[in-house]
Amino acid sequence: MSLRRVVVTGLGALTPVGKTAPAYWEGLVAGRSGAAPITRFDAGKFKTRFACEVKDYNPDDYFDRKEGRKMDIFTQFGLIAANEAIEDARLNEEGIDKDRVGVIWGSGIGGLTSLQAECIAFANGDGTPRFNPFFIPKMIADSSSGNISIRHKFRGPNFVTTSACASSSDSIISAFNYIRLNMADVIVTGGSEAAITESGVGGFNALKAMSERNDAPEQASRPYDKERDGFVLGEGAASLVLEEYEHAKARGAKIYAELIGGGMSADAYHITAPDPEGNGVVLVMQNALRDAGIKPEDVDYINTHGTSTPLGDGAEVKAIQKVFGEHAYGLNISSTKSMTGHLLGAAGAIEAVACIMAMQHDMVPPTINHFTDDPELDPKLNFTFNKAQKREVNIAMSNTFGFGGHNTSVIFRKISE
Amino acid sequence: MSEIAEKVKAIIIDKLGVEASEVTPEASFTNDLGADSLDTVELIMEFEKEFNVSIPDDQAENIGTVGQAISYLEEHAK
Repeated sequence: MSLRRVVVTGLGALTPVGKTAPAYWEGLVAGRSGAAPITRFDAGKFKTRFACEVKDYNPDDYFDRKEGRKMDIFTQFGLIAANEAIEDARLNEEGIDKDRVGVIWGSGIGGLTSLQAECIAFANGDGTPRFNPFFIPKMIADSSSGNISIRHKFRGPNFVTTSACASSSDSIISAFNYIRLNMADVIVTGGSEAAITESGVGGFNALKAMSERNDAPEQASRPYDKERDGFVLGEGAASLVLEEYEHAKARGAKIYAELIGGGMSADAYHITAPDPEGNGVVLVMQNALRDAGIKPEDVDYINTHGTSTPLGDGAEVKAIQKVFGEHAYGLNISSTKSMTGHLLGAAGAIEAVACIMAMQHDMVPPTINHFTDDPELDPKLNFTFNKAQKREVNIAMSNTFGFGGHNTSVIFRKISE
Repeated sequence: MSEIAEKVKAIIIDKLGVEASEVTPEASFTNDLGADSLDTVELIMEFEKEFNVSIPDDQAENIGTVGQAISYLEEHAK
C-alpha cells in the first residue's frame, strides 16, 4: 500500500508573543519576549515569579460565559487556536465529509487549574465530597479534542497524545499517520497548555528546571547562552490542519507546506534529566530523516527543543552535530523558546507553526537573549542569535523532547508537485 | 418575590447563562433553559451551598423547574 501525501492547509496560534498565527509570526521575527511577572496568581512566595503568559487573556472575548466556564483554560486556548486554523482552512464549507475529519490534540498536563481549584475547595470544606460535575470533564486532557469536535461536528478519529513537552509533536505525527494510512482525509491537530498556576510553578521549581532570573524576566529564556539557568514557563496553543494532498487540491485549499516525515524515540535514561550524550536525540532525528526520505544536507533550518537549561541545550547540539556532520555548519538553528517560553505540551505545535511560517517567508526566527558565548558549544554553528535571518528555507525540522525521555521530530517541506 | 426566590433566580441566570425574563416559575431547566444533566447537578449543588441545605438525590430528581426549586428551598432552607 502506498502512503498518501499530507499537507498543511490551516494554521492557528494563541501565544505569549501574539494571539493569532500572523501576530505570532510577527512577534517572532521582531524578536519579542513574552516573559513578564506572573499575573494569574500571587507568585510572591515562589522562587520563580515570572512566566510567558498569553497577554490580556479574557475568555469572554472568545466564548459566551456559559460555554467558557465549562472548559478549563487549556481547552479554551486549544479551541481558540483550532477555530482559527479551521477557519483558515475553510473546513466548515459545504462538501467536506465530516466523518472523515478528525481531531488529534496534544497536552502534556491537561486541566491543572481545574484540578487545583477543586482539590483546594475539597480540602477547605467539611470533608463531604462536593466536587463540581464539570470537574472531571474540565480536567481530563482529552476534553480539548472532545470540545473541538463537538463545536465543529468532526466525527473522525479523536484523541489526545500525552508525552510531556513532546505531546503536540506526537499529535502531529499521529495525525500524519492516520491520514497517510487513509483512516481520515483531514485532521485538526495541535496542542494547548495552561500550567501557570501555583502547582505548575511550584512543581517545576522543585525540579530546579526553571529560570529564577526574577530581576530580568525578558532576558531569562536564553538558550545556548553561557549564563542560561533554566526554562521559562509559557502557555497557549497552536493548531495545524493536516489534509491529504489530493483532497486539498481538489477543493482548491491554500497549501502552506507538506509534512514529509516524523520520528520518535526514547532516551531510556532518566525520568527528567536528558541523556548527556544525546543518544535518543540522535536516534529521533535519524528516524525522522529516514521517514522523510531525505538526506541530512537537505535540511535548512532546525527549530530546536532548546529550552535554556544547562544540560539539555548542550546535549541536543551535540546530537545535531553527530547527525548532520559538516552540514551542521550550513544549518540555521534557533530556539524560539527564547521568546515564547516553554509551552510544554503545546511547544511542538507552536514550533511547527514557526517552521511553516519560516518557509512561507524564507526567514529564520531568532534565538534572542544571546549575551555570552558558551565555550562548550561549537562557535561555528549558526544559532541565529538575536536577529531573524533571511534565508531560503525549503525544509525545516522541529525537535521536541519531554520528561520521561520522549523525543519527537517532524519535518516539513515547501510544497512541490 | 421572596428573598429565596430572588437568589434562586440569580443562581440560575449565572449558571445557565440565560436572561432574567426566561426564568419563570414554570420554566424547566432542561426543556426551556438549555441545561443538560451536568448543569442540573451543578445547580442543585449551588442551591445546597447558597442555602446551607443538603438535598438528597431522590428529592433532587423532583426539582426540574424554577418553581419547584423555589418551593423546595422555601421549605427546607435554614
